Amino acid sequence: MNKLVEQTIYFFIWLWTILYFILINIIIGYLTIKGSEQLSLSLIFGDVGAFDALLIKKHVLDGLFPAIVGTILLVILTICFAIPVGIGAGIYLAEYADYHTKRVVNIFFDTLSAIPSIVIGLFGLSLIIFINKYLHTRIYTGLIISSLSLAVLVLPYIVRSTELALEGIPLSTRIAALSLGATKIQNILYVLLPKSLPGILSGVLLSVGRCASDVAVIMLTGAVANAGVPRSIFDNYEALPFFIFYISSEYRNNAELMNGYSASLILLIICIFLFIISTIMGKSISKLSLIR
Amino acid sequence: MRNILESITEKFFKLSALLSIGITLLIFIFMLILSLPLIKEGILSFFIMGWNPAKGNYGIGPMIVGSLIISTLAIFFAFPLSISCAAFMTIIKYTRITNIIKKIVLISVGIPPVIYGFIAIFTLVPFIRNLFNKGSGMSILSTSLVLALLISPTMILIFVDTFKSVKKSYILALDSLGCSPVQKLLYIIIPCAKDGIIAGLLLGMGRAIGDTLIALMLSGNAAHVPSSLLDSVRSLTAHIALVKSADVDSLQFKSIFLSGLVLYTFVTLIVCIVNIRLRKSISVNNVYE
Repeated sequence: MNKLVEQTIYFFIWLWTILYFILINIIIGYLTIKGSEQLSLSLIFGDVGAFDALLIKKHVLDGLFPAIVGTILLVILTICFAIPVGIGAGIYLAEYADYHTKRVVNIFFDTLSAIPSIVIGLFGLSLIIFINKYLHTRIYTGLIISSLSLAVLVLPYIVRSTELALEGIPLSTRIAALSLGATKIQNILYVLLPKSLPGILSGVLLSVGRCASDVAVIMLTGAVANAGVPRSIFDNYEALPFFIFYISSEYRNNAELMNGYSASLILLIICIFLFIISTIMGKSISKLSLIR
Repeated sequence: MRNILESITEKFFKLSALLSIGITLLIFIFMLILSLPLIKEGILSFFIMGWNPAKGNYGIGPMIVGSLIISTLAIFFAFPLSISCAAFMTIIKYTRITNIIKKIVLISVGIPPVIYGFIAIFTLVPFIRNLFNKGSGMSILSTSLVLALLISPTMILIFVDTFKSVKKSYILALDSLGCSPVQKLLYIIIPCAKDGIIAGLLLGMGRAIGDTLIALMLSGNAAHVPSSLLDSVRSLTAHIALVKSADVDSLQFKSIFLSGLVLYTFVTLIVCIVNIRLRKSISVNNVYE
């Protein structure tokens, strides 16, 4: 009786694993086949030539160029906001906090990393509402509010990776500079941080991947369907994953749908590429990826 | 001079940590303040009433039911999938195949949810529509299936971690007694890893409830309590995404902040349960907890 149960379970383990493998391969394969039909420069730049679009001499109306520029600008701004706060908090957790502080702060960071992304988008929206009510400037949805919200979304990744990287440095390296007379800050800045740079970088790459592919936050704080290249950080903008999202519900003909497939292929390649590089760089990355 | 610079840097580090904690609390406070007008009108009715803005009903009850249904069903589909993959990666001895599965799981963590939703709209939805011959295909069933696929990699990694943290001495003892891999799994690994499995399930459920795009694209977004698996349903997250363009002062708009509050509370509860009750199974350095 037991033998039969065991054989059945063995069979089911193989079955479900092969099923999962097949499903993921179907997704990636289908996207590659359908998406590579239309990959070409005219997909990105529309009717306008490449150099004119890059120098912003002419506006690209039906290509992916504004969306790609919007995503790149968003990622750069988010990283600028998130890195100082993230690395600072990570250094504090790894070097200065005692056990009980660490426990409490860890609960807060777990909550922050588990909050749904759309609630963080709501946070950005409520920031706009409160700024409009209590300060005397008028702010609307735009690039800067989006990147602030995305920085909040991405903060746990950077803090966790800095903390893990710093804690992974062996004791001998830690006390070497201190024994030569360096102060704690000099030790951190000149010895520990450079040594933990691969780990920190893997967290940064993971967060870049998350920024580039998140729709919920930017949907509420500034991404629109047709805005061209943003002229200032307070403008509305387009983004690649948002383009994919609205094409799926509002495509008018087959050509637009094929554009959507190609955009998905581009996004997939970027995200997987970033993820694989960050995995190679950081050792505990599979644990960090659980935050996703 | 050096001392001042050093103390400033130390203060900066402490400030960053405090800022991060502060933001977590601030999100809750903002949600609470902005949904206060709605709560003042009678808290219980908002969870029981239906959603019908034309008649003045601003209840998010159907949305809560929708969220819970699709997440529970997603966990139901994802649990066998992820535990089998985790068991495969731990106990099967053919290293070449196991390496391939490991790489596929790692790649699938990196796939953004938009892609899952986009592909499912054009493959799964027509399939379900033709299979059952009724409805539009955008239903609880299709949403839960794709959600299960989305949350599986997370759950697989948590389960693999818990399986691997079973004491080596137990595994060695079993090997010396001549156990087959499945016996190892059934009689020792799973009972020892019970806490970790529950933690994985809870975290998967938290992720399933919080996912916006798949519920928005695939569930049909009808704001009513569903009566069959093929009915279309609206989740809390999709509700937020749909109502965002209403007039800022209206009660309709405030309902999205109430939905955000409910989501935040639910996720915080899950995180607290996992952290406080199940702390023994997941050590500080291991997983994100």
